[in-house]
Amino acid sequence: MFRQAPRLLARATSIMRARSFSTDLPAAPTSDSSFVEAWKKVIPNIDAPKTPLSFMQPRPPTPPSIPGKLTVNFVLPYQSELAAKEVDMVIIPATTGQMGVLPGHVATIAELKPGILSVHEGNDVTKYFVSSGFAFIHANSIADVVAVEAVPIDRIDPALVQKGLADFTQKLSTASTDLEKAEAQIGVDVHSALNSALTG
Amino acid sequence: MAMAALRREGRRFVPMISPNSMNAARSSILSDDLAPHGARSISTQVVRNRMKSVKNIQKITKAMKMVAASKLRAIQVRAENSRGLWQPFTALLGDTPSVDVKKNVIVTISSDKGLCGGINSTSVKISKALYKLNSGPDKETKYVILGEKAKAQLVRDSKKDIDISITELQKNPLNYTQVAVLADDILKNVEYDALRIVFNKFHSVVSFVPTVATVLSPEVVEREAESGGKLGDLDSYEIEGGETKGEILQNLAEFQFSCVLFNAVLENACSEQGARMSAMDSSSRNAGEMLDRLTLTYNRTRQASITTELIEIISGASALEG
Repeated sequence: MFRQAPRLLARATSIMRARSFSTDLPAAPTSDSSFVEAWKKVIPNIDAPKTPLSFMQPRPPTPPSIPGKLTVNFVLPYQSELAAKEVDMVIIPATTGQMGVLPGHVATIAELKPGILSVHEGNDVTKYFVSSGFAFIHANSIADVVAVEAVPIDRIDPALVQKGLADFTQKLSTASTDLEKAEAQIGVDVHSALNSALTG
Repeated sequence: MAMAALRREGRRFVPMISPNSMNAARSSILSDDLAPHGARSISTQVVRNRMKSVKNIQKITKAMKMVAASKLRAIQVRAENSRGLWQPFTALLGDTPSVDVKKNVIVTISSDKGLCGGINSTSVKISKALYKLNSGPDKETKYVILGEKAKAQLVRDSKKDIDISITELQKNPLNYTQVAVLADDILKNVEYDALRIVFNKFHSVVSFVPTVATVLSPEVVEREAESGGKLGDLDSYEIEGGETKGEILQNLAEFQFSCVLFNAVLENACSEQGARMSAMDSSSRNAGEMLDRLTLTYNRTRQASITTELIEIISGASALEG
């Protein structure tokens, strides 16, 4: 068994090397020079640690005219749902209501509430139910949406939504402490948003 | 005469064994209890025992390498998927590791288990260096430690500066909910102007880069935005929703910390498994080399004992013929 081990391991490591990290390392690594210099003065023996700036692709500057398409990055903790996708419009569920974002939108930081995020590309509309998060719209027509959870709405089961709504409404009415009330209220909010997402 | 022959054989062994290996083996061969009591020939028992234990060690380290490889494969996928998570925050707020603040908190991420090479020592070295870099009059720096290994190293000289230490992070598979609760805990109990998260970023199975990610508190963000520089155009962003800008920035800082911490913890876990793989690999290779040398010694000892027996017999026979 151990004789096969090097062959299996070589296969494993070559698979890992093939699946490599070109997506992560940028073309032009940049770093914060003042940090590196300050580090070198105090700690000359150890190399300065890298910072996230050196792992990121630099963002393009604001173009002089409004671009035709909006670039959307929709990320979740478990995956990047949409990465640098060019779309016509996105509608995000901000706390102040549904907000439509077109190319050339003014730079905005928006906090999201549970609701539907819809991505419009030509005639295709993809809808996701997002739990909550933040959306940053930059002046160069790039929109970053960071959410904690998102599901495409065709994967939500309406029966479970109704049941959950009933459960949490009942918990809200029987809640005694502030903490229980808050938790029940959150449950009611999310489930009613889910409900309106499915029906609306 | 047999004893004289044995002593000669013993002296002949010593320079043959290569000098950088097995000083212990050499001393055991020359030690007093070479043979069980009453036996007349040289015993190979000691060498045989050593060979058995070295072979077992080699098997164990090979198995540990396989286990680390399979764990790495599982967690690497998740770490790569989480890499998009911190990029929007850096795109918005920039990356300001050289920011000058009064209260620094250094969050050091390390592993709970050992035998993973030098990555925990590297993280601790960088944390101590950051402490030195950010020390000054009227500034204070505290540590928040995730993982047993960094705690063991930092408790020795910085015990009073450790605010919170958290262990057994990987008892259940890492997920965002757990890290979010952890981040919430840390933010509630620690006063901070800037949080610096120190971890090992996973580049490849053999390369782990120490990295420091900075998260600023909302007050510092406002201050930096007003003074211009990297965060200067933060004011040009309209704030949608929420009550005041301060509240939104507060939520933003908390969310940023949990996202960056989640990615950092995953990357560190990958680095740990990769480092363990290479440590166990070099360990099994060393064990193999040691086993080769022990085998040579064993053969020599065995041949010497056969020769000694033959000499005894022949000299006994010739004495009888006389």
